[in-house]
Amino acid sequence: MATLNDYLLVSGLLFAIGLAGVVLRRNIIVVFMCLELMLSAANLTLVAFSRFHPSHGLPDYNGQMLVFFVITVAAAEVAVGLAIIVALFRARQTIHTDDLTSMRG
Amino acid sequence: MPSYLFWLFSAVMLIGGGAVIALRNPVASALAVVTCFVGLAGLFVGLSAFFVGVIQILVYTGAVMVLFIFIIMLLNLQDEAKRAKPMTPILAGLGLVVAFVIQLLGVLARSPDTVAPALDQATLAESASALVNSGSIAASGKIATALNAGRLPDVHLIGRALFTDYNLPLQILGVILLVATVGCVALSKKTNPSD
Repeated sequence: MATLNDYLLVSGLLFAIGLAGVVLRRNIIVVFMCLELMLSAANLTLVAFSRFHPSHGLPDYNGQMLVFFVITVAAAEVAVGLAIIVALFRARQTIHTDDLTSMRG
Repeated sequence: MPSYLFWLFSAVMLIGGGAVIALRNPVASALAVVTCFVGLAGLFVGLSAFFVGVIQILVYTGAVMVLFIFIIMLLNLQDEAKRAKPMTPILAGLGLVVAFVIQLLGVLARSPDTVAPALDQATLAESASALVNSGSIAASGKIATALNAGRLPDVHLIGRALFTDYNLPLQILGVILLVATVGCVALSKKTNPSD
């Protein structure tokens, strides 16, 4: 049986992979996908805690409600973010973050 | 969930995640994210969160990643050209990630470990009678029937929580989705320079 710490370890590793992608990659779409990976890692933590800390013998559904809201808000965030990326590509013809430096101080 | 299934789905998830940042073609990265999310949905089902596992597949791999691939094809991106990358940001980024993993291992080594509480028929029937006694579910309703039969009515329980305790957040979520839709239309509208 997998224990709570196994789930937390796997979810932390997924978060680390997402963090590495956000920091290391230069393609803005891949950076955006890595943000989704980090959100999903947080979701796995929430579901694991909901299963391992039951209320009245059932999994604690408050945690899974938060996962539901995170997934829905993430879907809205992806729609708006991709619209911004398309507008950016129209204006600059690039999605490489090294070329997008006009707001650098 | 048996241990070998846990490690199998974890391996699928982590290899998919690693492939996202290792592959250079954005379409290949998007498909690696899909692989990663399929493994993650397997882990959710193993945690008895069937509804979350299903919407992980339907919403994330079904809708969100298809939207990503659609945008990648719309922009007609080529493989990233090899460019000289400065080493300092890469090393700093890797150092950040390594520090995070070391911190994670340190916290997990100290925190008490728990095994999953059983969800057998006795526990479920007991929680059914507790819920019926507190008046939150009907004694002959679908939730109580399924719990007494030793099944976990995951979708019914989530639906009950969603439309009772979380009704206001649900309505706010509807407004957020509407705002996102209007925002997308406003952002992708061609702006006329004479306006």
